[in-house]
Amino acid sequence: MGRRLKAEQWKRIMTDARVSTYQRVADTAARATPKKLAKPVTGLSDRMVAWLFIGPTMLLLLAINIFPLFWAIGLSFTNYRANRPNEVVDNVGLRNYERILTDPDIWVAMQTTANFVFWTIALQTLIGFSLAYFIDRKFRGHAFWTTIILVPMMLSPAVVGNFWRFLYEPQIGLFAYAVSFVSGIPTTEIEMLSNVSLAPWSIIIVDTWMWTPYVMLICLAGLRSIPDYIYEAAEVDRASPFRQFWSITLPMALPFIMLAVLFRGIENFKMFDMVNLLTGGGPGSTTEVASITLKREAFEKWRTGYSSAFAIILFVAVFGLANIYVKALNRVKQR
Amino acid sequence: MSLTTAHSVVVPTRTSKRIAGSIVILYALISIIPLLWIFATSFKTPPDSIAYPPKILFQPSTEGYCNLFTTRTRQTPEYIASLPPAASFCDEVTRKRNMVIAGPSNFLPRFINSLVIAFGSTFCAVFLGTLAAYGFSRFKVPLADDLLFFILSTRMMPPIAVAIPIYLMYRELGLSDSALGMILLYTAVNVSLAVWLLKGFIDEIPREYEEAAMIDGYTRLQAFRKVVMPQATTGIAATAIFCLIFAWNEYAFAALLTSGNAQTAPPFIPTIIGEGGQDWPAVAAGTTIFLVPILVFTILLRKQLLRGITFGAVRK
Repeated sequence: MGRRLKAEQWKRIMTDARVSTYQRVADTAARATPKKLAKPVTGLSDRMVAWLFIGPTMLLLLAINIFPLFWAIGLSFTNYRANRPNEVVDNVGLRNYERILTDPDIWVAMQTTANFVFWTIALQTLIGFSLAYFIDRKFRGHAFWTTIILVPMMLSPAVVGNFWRFLYEPQIGLFAYAVSFVSGIPTTEIEMLSNVSLAPWSIIIVDTWMWTPYVMLICLAGLRSIPDYIYEAAEVDRASPFRQFWSITLPMALPFIMLAVLFRGIENFKMFDMVNLLTGGGPGSTTEVASITLKREAFEKWRTGYSSAFAIILFVAVFGLANIYVKALNRVKQR
Repeated sequence: MSLTTAHSVVVPTRTSKRIAGSIVILYALISIIPLLWIFATSFKTPPDSIAYPPKILFQPSTEGYCNLFTTRTRQTPEYIASLPPAASFCDEVTRKRNMVIAGPSNFLPRFINSLVIAFGSTFCAVFLGTLAAYGFSRFKVPLADDLLFFILSTRMMPPIAVAIPIYLMYRELGLSDSALGMILLYTAVNVSLAVWLLKGFIDEIPREYEEAAMIDGYTRLQAFRKVVMPQATTGIAATAIFCLIFAWNEYAFAALLTSGNAQTAPPFIPTIIGEGGQDWPAVAAGTTIFLVPILVFTILLRKQLLRGITFGAVRK
């Protein structure tokens, strides 16, 4: 009796683990093993183990991500203010959403964000891909220099971004000095952070400095994934280097480039730390990206209901754009 | 390798290598100037740091580090002359500026907060992440792809958008400005990275090992602990470092949700001010101390970097 039960248990465990090759061996082994030698199979079924393993993570995400998200959705229909918790809260329906979508200031912020995302991604992709292309020439010491290039992206954007304020100082900053040394413009006129037309560029420069290595690393993986024999075949067919680049290198590295753009796009859409520390949205509101507007509404003006609605709109926008983009990415991959 | 390259016609020529090499090296040199400048500034005196033109050669001084760890008050020269001789180097430097050390600054407690929160949340995220990754890798979980995508999508939300309800929730729970609250929050953010990365690593460990162990009488949990865990050590270590770097560098949540008790170094460092504005040598000193651990980790991690930054989507 005991022996039969054991064999059945074995069988169940093995089936659960989707093992078929070992099954017969195990059955025979279990039957053949004397009762005393056979280790009792105790413990939980695989289904239990699976939930035990995945459950805690799901619970944590439900508590820290999903529950607050629903709370925010609830708040977005009210005029609640977090700094006046005792005031009567009115249900205002969709009025918050209506006001946000018709507020010209919000649209200016969205446009600033879009400009910022566009220029940083354009520059990072261009420089990052070129660097990856050159590193892939495998010159002597390329591994060492690659590591050096990678350093900025690992550092805290806030702490390093903060230091760039010093580099940007018009009188004493290294950046202004270097620019005036090259261009001859007096240092006092290079006011990166307080000049309306230069301030957005000051952020784009720091972001590009910091995140080009990221794009470079992914592009490098893309270039290295192209097998040599394709180039050899092209060489045999006497394709020019230019033609090889356009017909082999670029299309084959494209999924990787697009992946880098996706990750950078999401990150830069959320961008907060660098802008907050470098310009704080100023001068005026020239660098006020969506995150900064959101912070002002939520934590300075304390319009919690209104800002929750804005947060939901932003989230839906990121989520929607990312989904559309992933579809495009998959299409390119399958081509 | 040698077989393919020996007759390869696509090996770059020596000139093209040389040109590529010099462009890359030039970029690398320019891109580390800001970091070298941070390091140099941390050893400058305040007057040297704001000299025009910027000083490349200067007399190194540890005044920045002294200022980073202390608060100072201005005193009359007579009062300073009446004091007993300076006990330490920092005392001496401070007195030269007609000031005396009033006490320790907030940098050390903030730095310790950073350590506690970063290590605490990393431990939790990797612990939960390893279990969940194993679950997704080895069992038929209903709707596994949707759950995995849900885990990833939690990272797409702008931090400020998450911070609004978290702020209210923590106020209700009494977790505002507490290390525990920050550890929970960072764990939740990091667990998505941990699950995705570790699932990739565990997928690479052949199932046959555990199956063999289970035939030998191990239970599922024993097989996980004694067979899978040792195999996944490298992956777990790499994942832990990525989580650690994220939690260490994080600014938005820390700036919005902490103000005193649980404030970490990133929101604190920009607020270091001296007399008449930001004390740049002290800021640089704080930045240097803050960045050194990350530099070490980056060098340790360089082989796994690609995997980490793409959530395991790209492997070498």
